[in-house]
Amino acid sequence: MLIIQGAVSLGLIFSLMAIGVFLSFRILKMPDLSVEGSVILGAGMAARLVSGGVNPFLATAFAMVVGCFAGLVSGVLHTKLKIPGILAGILTMVASYSVVIRIMGASNVPLLPHGPQRVVSVFTFLTDAGLSRANAIILLSLVIVIVAGALLYCFMGTEFGSAIRATGNNQQMVRAQGINTDVMIIACLMLSNGLVALAGALWAQQQGFASVDMGIGTIVVGLASVIIAEVLFRPRMFWTSLIAIVIGSIIYRLIIALALSVDFMRPTDLRLITAVIVTIALCMPLIREKCSKIFAKKGES
Amino acid sequence: MLNIENIHLTFDPGTPIEKHALNGVSLNLERGDYVTVIGGNGAGKSTLLNITAGTLFPDKGAVSVDGVNITHMPEYKRAQYLGRVFQDPRRGTATDMSIEENLALAYRRGKTRGLRWHINNKERKFYKERLATLDLGLENRLSDKVGLLSGGQRQALSLLMATLKEPKVLLLDEHTAALDPKTAKKVLELTNKIVNKYNLTTMMVTHNMRDALKNGNRLMMMYEGNIILDVKGEEKANLTVQDLLKMFETASGEEMTSDRMLLT
Ligand SMILES: Nc1ncnc2c1ncn2[C@@H]1O[C@H](COP(=O)(O)OP(=O)(O)O)[C@@H](O)[C@H]1O
Ligand SMILES: [Mg+2]
Repeated sequence: MLIIQGAVSLGLIFSLMAIGVFLSFRILKMPDLSVEGSVILGAGMAARLVSGGVNPFLATAFAMVVGCFAGLVSGVLHTKLKIPGILAGILTMVASYSVVIRIMGASNVPLLPHGPQRVVSVFTFLTDAGLSRANAIILLSLVIVIVAGALLYCFMGTEFGSAIRATGNNQQMVRAQGINTDVMIIACLMLSNGLVALAGALWAQQQGFASVDMGIGTIVVGLASVIIAEVLFRPRMFWTSLIAIVIGSIIYRLIIALALSVDFMRPTDLRLITAVIVTIALCMPLIREKCSKIFAKKGES
Repeated sequence: MLNIENIHLTFDPGTPIEKHALNGVSLNLERGDYVTVIGGNGAGKSTLLNITAGTLFPDKGAVSVDGVNITHMPEYKRAQYLGRVFQDPRRGTATDMSIEENLALAYRRGKTRGLRWHINNKERKFYKERLATLDLGLENRLSDKVGLLSGGQRQALSLLMATLKEPKVLLLDEHTAALDPKTAKKVLELTNKIVNKYNLTTMMVTHNMRDALKNGNRLMMMYEGNIILDVKGEEKANLTVQDLLKMFETASGEEMTSDRMLLT
């Protein structure tokens, strides 16, 4: 029960990050590594502001803005300075590490008690209302995921969103239809990194601290959720993709929790397990093909 | 309508692979002109179209559409004046998006993209009517992904998208070359139908001499970055493939044997 609760709450928080990764990798078809930086930017900004006494919701909103800014930087490096997408992301990511230490003032910021001697976070108002901390995290994360998902769905259905989706498909055609693809790429990266930073901000408040090494592996974790979603549900519409990713993100957390509950596994094995999951999920089409061939042969003899 | 003046473009200047793709090309299309463009491989036909479309920029010279100088205007901005269909059917459409989404994108060519919903029911009706004119049954498949369509269907859709909002100039770069002969014929017929119906100013590159002779009111032949022949009306109507071959030989001093232009 505890394992499931933990997996659901982390799964929900990280689904925002997975959706961000989905926007750059799948919608824009650009492998944007700056999200690794945006997680810690979001986490660090939120931690710093919250521990400084700022309203946690305001702090979280600010964290998103910083994430959007990281996306803006990657986007400008890529479109205006013509740096290849993957490198533009890496540059932003590397820079983010320095920026986040400036923001936090240290490489690790706990959400220390302040004011009337207690830790506040976005979840506090729910625990104050009598919810357990675990339930408060699940409830609020769920609400945020639903609101963010609905807003994103509506945005992607507008003329502007439609132009973003087309840009990921075929830039040549999009320009021929009179759309500035640079603007669309930058907008999509801002949106993507904003969501990732939001996840980072919630994560920091969930675990009670932010540190610079939180972001390592973000890409792979996000991709893991996206790929699990795609392999299991094969979503074909934008909104079904969003729902599938949220479920995929929770499933990923469950797999991790189960794997780590095995005795000889250590928490630090997490990234190894993630890499294995992604590898398996990526080979699924190949495995399926092989299996169907084997079964076909058995059928013949 | 389209005025091109003394365009020069050299690829990779100052290197061993330097290539003068266009050497002072000038042409003037009147409103409603439908010019077919022929010429051997590497003659500069695509380069000329790309300079008009803004995917390439000339070293020298000027391009204007309907009196507006667009020589340095970025591709996406001048798209408001231009309709384009590419050789590769995949280049003209967004694969993962539906037919109606593609049409809705094209219908807004030249408009800023705002936060209104990307399509509405009134448009849908209009798209259905226009799709029906293609006679491919696409009017019943509005929400099908374009990736499901055949090359010919995609090219017909691209053509419709390029002309959905009437362009001042329609640019077609061997848009039937990737299709099988029967489909190519059908798409060419559709092209004529649409061009004639809306009296569109059109520049169509083709490698098929017969098509070049049969369609349009004007014909141009390019050779090594120059226009070496430009005939109109009566004079064009009386041309034959033999005439074209002879003219090419006199102009270039070469015989057209190995060139794919012969493959009519
Ligand atoms: N992007 C490019 N870089 C270098 N050379 C090019 C480029 N595009 C075209 N060329 C060269 O310019 C010449 C004209 O090409 P093009 O306009 O494509 O000819 P075509 O008449 O066959 O369409 C050719 O020699 C071609 O190799
Ligand atoms: Mg060409």
